[in-house]
Amino acid sequence: MESQQGEGGTELDSQSSIWVNTGGNKMAALTTGFGRARQGGAGDPREYKAETAAGGDKLGGGGGGGDRGCSFLRKVSVPGSGGGGGGGGGARLRSIAGTRPSVQNGQLLVSAGLPALDQLLGRSVSSERRSASSGRREGGRERGKKEGKEQINRRERGCGTIQSEEGASTRPQDLLWGCSSPTAPLGVLLYLRGGGLAVGTLLLIEEDKYNIYSSLIFKYFLAEGIVCGHTLLVASAKEDPGDILQELPEPLHDDNYKKVLDEGRSHKSQEEPEISMKIAWRYQNLPQMEAGPGTSSRFGHYYDVSKRMSQEVIQSAKWHKFFLPEEITSYANVESCALNHGYTKLLHFIQRVISEQGFDGSNPQKKQKNILRIGIQSLGSPLWGDDICCADTPEHMHSLTRFLYVLRGLLRMSLSACIITVPSHLIQNKAVTSRIRNLSDTVVGLESFIGSEKEANSLYKDYHGLIHIHQIPRLNSLICDVSDTKDLAFKLQRKVFTIERLHLPPDLSDTVSRSSKRDLVESAKQLSPGCGMMAGGKEHLDF
Amino acid sequence: MFPELNNLLNVSPDKPEQGKFTLLCDAKTDGGFLVHHFLSFYLKANCKVCFVALLQSFSHYNIVGQKLGVNLIAARDRGQLVFFEGLKSTVEVLFGSKEQPNTLKFIRESSSDLKSLYEFVQKALTPSGDGSATSWKFPVLLVDDLSVLLSLGVEAVAVLDFIQYCRATVCCQLKGNVVALVHDSDQTEDEENAMLMNALGHQSSLILRAEGLVTGFCKDVHGQLKILRRGLLQPKNDEAEQWNTLLKVIEIPCARARI
Repeated sequence: MESQQGEGGTELDSQSSIWVNTGGNKMAALTTGFGRARQGGAGDPREYKAETAAGGDKLGGGGGGGDRGCSFLRKVSVPGSGGGGGGGGGARLRSIAGTRPSVQNGQLLVSAGLPALDQLLGRSVSSERRSASSGRREGGRERGKKEGKEQINRRERGCGTIQSEEGASTRPQDLLWGCSSPTAPLGVLLYLRGGGLAVGTLLLIEEDKYNIYSSLIFKYFLAEGIVCGHTLLVASAKEDPGDILQELPEPLHDDNYKKVLDEGRSHKSQEEPEISMKIAWRYQNLPQMEAGPGTSSRFGHYYDVSKRMSQEVIQSAKWHKFFLPEEITSYANVESCALNHGYTKLLHFIQRVISEQGFDGSNPQKKQKNILRIGIQSLGSPLWGDDICCADTPEHMHSLTRFLYVLRGLLRMSLSACIITVPSHLIQNKAVTSRIRNLSDTVVGLESFIGSEKEANSLYKDYHGLIHIHQIPRLNSLICDVSDTKDLAFKLQRKVFTIERLHLPPDLSDTVSRSSKRDLVESAKQLSPGCGMMAGGKEHLDF
Repeated sequence: MFPELNNLLNVSPDKPEQGKFTLLCDAKTDGGFLVHHFLSFYLKANCKVCFVALLQSFSHYNIVGQKLGVNLIAARDRGQLVFFEGLKSTVEVLFGSKEQPNTLKFIRESSSDLKSLYEFVQKALTPSGDGSATSWKFPVLLVDDLSVLLSLGVEAVAVLDFIQYCRATVCCQLKGNVVALVHDSDQTEDEENAMLMNALGHQSSLILRAEGLVTGFCKDVHGQLKILRRGLLQPKNDEAEQWNTLLKVIEIPCARARI
């Protein structure tokens, strides 16, 4: 049943397929193809997306024919058939452990290790069953919780091994679109869930002043890689990567996390009894942005920062190490390109790992495909031999930007995801900061309150710092998913890192003393004017 | 191709303008949609397009192009589109064999000039001597984007020289068009970028400037677009701020394209 040709957009008809109005040709939606493919068995969603997109326009060779090695559209010649179980697929690009598809743009997503951050970095699709009788959203969520728990247990069991079900948050009966299976109930509700970091892209973390929270996020990323069975590449100029791995947090199992959350909640409720809202009661149950493991994902794990990851798990991980002082033994003038010596070595190292281990598709007959997670710590700091953090008009102004550009090229051509932390608070030249941001895909800035005057501000008393999402990439599409709010704060609870929306408290009465009112206005001014790549402006609206 | 933008600019694929240099800028918002628009517009207008894509991979443009109704792979196969993928070439320059000539060799060397890139463009767009090739309407050079060249260590003057050479060849000699995107960083003190933008704005006949909203972030409207036209005889500057309607269309993942 075709939907009417109306205004452009996606329209959902009862047969659960989505048609996109693109001119005279009604092309099957890119997402539909993915859903149908899922029925037949696991397979690379992008492959099928290319094929169904070809249906309308008679594309030759599918979307990926031109560039074999590109991670955005990998064409696999092996037909995807067979059952969903079992991991031994040989050359077949089954769903890779620890990844899930972003249906909007056909990207593979990996978790950044922090589900709260994943939610802010783009969307993927998951779904939740809801019977027709339960009308309330809470009811649906309860059911999802139970279902989610089952899957988490299944995932926990299979943790560390590569199976086709692992990390794949979309099963045929869960998908809304493209699902013509008779068992799909009509009441399947589509839920937009948290996304993740796209494979082939770069996540840039602008460090907070004392590098406490940014190194934590760095470790979450690496820990997530170990838990999902990905290969790691850790590069640092400051500490030995082996030591970094020893300090990774321990993954939390489902029931432990619930215990921790409850402890946190009971502690909080002793301080402020929760007042149920009388007028705005619909807002009572709005999520604070954190999603517990029971509700949303089988993708992304939670970690206990107070404990270390066990030795067996670390040793079972496959990883490559780049420690700058060991790599640069002499400073002979080997200038193969106009890049800093340390950066050149690092790039060559990364390229060697990618090509030798087959992350760029060069050895298709090798073992199962995997993701390479690259983590580079404190890039741009003087320890790397770079002077952009030291001088206002640095001599090697282009070293880091060239490095980022070449790294981007390497990432786009391989199944890898990279996290880089940069001490951008040390960079005096703002032009360099903006160039670095433009050359990265996702940019997240952390601002901690330690030692700043904001620590005393009553607005921020519950939090440890602010998190700014400066940029989210637009990959394979004209738009990107931005969260509604730009004012986000984080706090490191006893064991868990949470990100929450920041609200201004209501300014209730006129008899409030002038000084505190002024404080509030000041705080309002400090709320960020907007994401750099999104519409932003100079003037704040005064509250 | 966005029909609304065509209406605002008073052009259509049947009768596109020739011999023009169009400058695309963005400030606090992403102007990539303009690049996708012009790419699909000129492909539909049956022009030969040389696309220098420095920041994204081919499949990114291909997928968006499909949403806008053009097929880049087919266009490349039939010779209508010459696509230069900067990221791929860079990796080849640095990690491939050193003997093969490459258009991006300035990355390897400290001296920065874009002569090899210009020669690539010239070779791609100059019609070859044999008459057997299909005749396209006129050549178009599309660059996304020039600010990246500054980040790679090329001086602003070298970029301006490159554009000047390209304009001389493509606009004047071959009666084609040149379209280039530059990021505007007005809040940061990127002087080189500002100089590049001002100089290019001076040379251009049409400037499309996508800006963020002055009042701040809004989820429904991505920003506003300013169109500045510099004609030869009628020096009138049209500033059109009709963006609320247009950007709602963009917001839907697959943009409407009426053929």
